Amino acid sequence: MDAVAYFVGKYNYWGCIFLFFLGMYAMISKTNLVKKIIGLFIFQTSIILFFISASFKHDATLPILMEESKGAIDPVMYLNPLPHVLMLTAIVVAVATLGVALTLTVKVYRIYGTLEEDEINRVIQSH
Amino acid sequence: MKKLALILCVFAGGILLINAHYLPMWGDPESPASAHLSPFFIENAYAHTNAPNMVAVVLADYRSYDTMFEAAVVLAAGLACFFLLRSRGKGRKGGPHYYRHIPTGATIRIDEKGKLPREDSKAFRPIDALWTPYDPIIRTTCRCLIPFLQIYSLYVLAHGHYSPGGGFQAGVVLGATIILLAISHNLKTSIQRMSERTAALWSIIGVAIFAGTGLICLLLGMDYLNYEILAPFLLSDAVMARSHSILIVEIGVTMAVMAVMVWIYYNLSSAGQQDEGL
Repeated sequence: MDAVAYFVGKYNYWGCIFLFFLGMYAMISKTNLVKKIIGLFIFQTSIILFFISASFKHDATLPILMEESKGAIDPVMYLNPLPHVLMLTAIVVAVATLGVALTLTVKVYRIYGTLEEDEINRVIQSH
Repeated sequence: MKKLALILCVFAGGILLINAHYLPMWGDPESPASAHLSPFFIENAYAHTNAPNMVAVVLADYRSYDTMFEAAVVLAAGLACFFLLRSRGKGRKGGPHYYRHIPTGATIRIDEKGKLPREDSKAFRPIDALWTPYDPIIRTTCRCLIPFLQIYSLYVLAHGHYSPGGGFQAGVVLGATIILLAISHNLKTSIQRMSERTAALWSIIGVAIFAGTGLICLLLGMDYLNYEILAPFLLSDAVMARSHSILIVEIGVTMAVMAVMVWIYYNLSSAGQQDEGL
């Protein structure tokens, strides 16, 4: 059963691709700006999961050195630390950009009185 | 529009699914992501810096340029929220204001033209119009929890070399405690503890600690952020100097992240007024 082994062996990618396009669909199709931001966040989460799953190795432990292996270090024993670092910073930056995005929606609400895209377009065109 | 979006997403997703056979299998130790650079990081991290947590080493030593500019991005996000939302001038104008008379526990409503009690009045405490402030269970629980959370975040920062942790995580936990104070009491209470000016200064100082460490290395004649040259100042050899410098820059990251989280929260929750909010 090669096909089954193939699908089971890459289940992380199926999940990431599903979340990726779920977020992208929300960003394109929803008219409410807050729902678009939620879509953006799902989108970012899928990328973070993709990177973290790329760091996984079978039979490996966390990238924190164990006491007994301080002499000779075998890279196969430890997870790849680089994706962890990249995503660690990406999560904090995602929170900061979420703050900026919400700030912009507050600003939009103050000016147009609504967060629905079509209503904002109507207000812009009527001016 | 919805149909078009669905077709687009399914089409692009199908392309990715078809091309997934180029991707390595789940948990493959030979995958390209684990093949080139990361064995070097894993083998040499401890020998170079004497810190067992490789993530912290890569974060603050091998890839410290990246981390420095990430901190700068976080600071820029805080500044963007400030410049977009913050309205200058006194917030306490117009509208009804609510005050609690502390000796009797009565809540007083003062309309637009009414005379407000003095800011430093001991008998009156301003309360938010939309927020029922007096909930002893939540308030007491949060008062008990916050100091321990803050100590824990300092542990996460100081122990980041040896166990999971580091500057970003400590900063987020520390910022969350201030936000928890604001949620459980009210926004004014947490602004009294940590004013907006403090938050702005801390975030700038945090990034400046990181950038300044690099600049000192540069002035001493080494590359930017090459910590080995700092060894005489840290009273240690080159390896331990890198270990100590990781802690120094992590402190800067913690300050920046914590202050920016609080700063963004202050501006967002009160829509720039910093008078009433969650």
